[in-house]
Amino acid sequence: MVRNSFDKQLEHLQDLMINMSGLVEESIENSIIALKNQDLELAKQVFENDNVIDDLENRIEKICLNLIARQQPLAKDLRTISTSLKIITDLERIADQAADISEITIRMAGMKYFSELIDIPVMADLAKNMVKRAIECYIKQDINLAKTVCDSDDEVDDMFSKIVMELINVIKNSPETTEQATDFMFVVKYLERIGDHATNIAEWVVYNVTGSHEHLARTNEHNPFEFGGQNV
Amino acid sequence: MTNDYTIITRNLDLFYGDFQALKSVSIEIPNRQVTAFIGPSGCGKSTFLKTLNRMNDLVSNVKITGDVFFDGLNVYKEYDIVELRKNIGMVFQKPNPFPMSIYDNIAYGPRIHGIKSKAKLDDIVEKSLRNSALWEEVKDRLKQNALGLSGGQQQRLCIARVLAVEPEVVLMDEPTSALDPISTLKIEDLIEELKKDYTIAIVTHNMQQAARISDMTAFFLHGEIIEFGNTNQLFSNPKDKKTEDYITGRFG
Repeated sequence: MVRNSFDKQLEHLQDLMINMSGLVEESIENSIIALKNQDLELAKQVFENDNVIDDLENRIEKICLNLIARQQPLAKDLRTISTSLKIITDLERIADQAADISEITIRMAGMKYFSELIDIPVMADLAKNMVKRAIECYIKQDINLAKTVCDSDDEVDDMFSKIVMELINVIKNSPETTEQATDFMFVVKYLERIGDHATNIAEWVVYNVTGSHEHLARTNEHNPFEFGGQNV
Repeated sequence: MTNDYTIITRNLDLFYGDFQALKSVSIEIPNRQVTAFIGPSGCGKSTFLKTLNRMNDLVSNVKITGDVFFDGLNVYKEYDIVELRKNIGMVFQKPNPFPMSIYDNIAYGPRIHGIKSKAKLDDIVEKSLRNSALWEEVKDRLKQNALGLSGGQQQRLCIARVLAVEPEVVLMDEPTSALDPISTLKIEDLIEELKKDYTIAIVTHNMQQAARISDMTAFFLHGEIIEFGNTNQLFSNPKDKKTEDYITGRFG
């Protein structure tokens, strides 16, 4: 075996990627628990975790650029490094969105929610599960699992339309809930974006394995003028 | 002078007759790291490498001013040359095994330095060949002529021969330019291993090789060091425009 040192550096890169993925997964999970239970401490923790994730992103980015500059990576090696560069951007955005959700939790501290949160945690679970599987398919380089992540994006998108519709109705019926309902609307938008980022990660895994980058989600975009079959 | 650096040069000038090949070269070569010298042909990098263990002494018309310190001693004023070359070994561009057996090639240096015990020589031969990643390939034919080895094996034998006298520093002057790509990568892996125990200074025409294996890189041009720094930094964000032009192939 030759290129021991390069292989060791690639392994180190992989370790850091797994490390960053773990932190991101933890962030999204905690942000939802904090929102549901109005747990301020946990929300703050998510916020602080975001800095750690940002630092890790910088570190991985530097390693990738140095590997490209110094090791002349080709074929699979080149894909692995460029895929890592793309995936850390998605991971970092997911962590940002978890932090954004926590910011809303902190802002709504002490307010009584107008209704018990049911659909949002369900949607959050779907999104979280997508992230989890995206990370797992990255670690295992499993393209079949990657495809299931892309398929799930539709479910998250459907939930998004459904909840937005419900929130609109809540606002129409009880205008005093506008502020809170708008915050929840942001939360579901963040969750929807998290699903998109998980899809991106899965697509990059497929690229890493097959060498071809395709958009695998069945429907990439919503019709922006349509929510749950009604015009708004 | 700190212990972090094995070799330090100060204002080193070298003239071949009227031609000035090195111009006031001041550099610190760190302990147990790989330092690479890159630059176009005739830039002085090999000349510089040779000043470190006084390989230029026998070249006629050479005049050297300035200082080279090795382990705190002035190489040109305070060092015994035999001792110096034992401590600072050298590997050349073309593998140059002696026309004798593999075993005798390795044992040659230790014998000259007075080691006679067969058991001790056996030990040294095995250890040196293991350290140069050649042992597994030659352990059953140590008595065969070294010239029967492949080029890559011969070069690793030459490295083993240097290691046999337990140097502190190994100088390498384009050690892989006569080798095929796989042998080259084997030597590169070996260099990575060797730096745990030795300080390595390597001249290479192959800029990518310097990028792959070195910790520090110096860029030479017209006998001067234009830039010397951390290899990551030098290859991803060089400070000097001339370095940038050279490493991106826009030179000249």
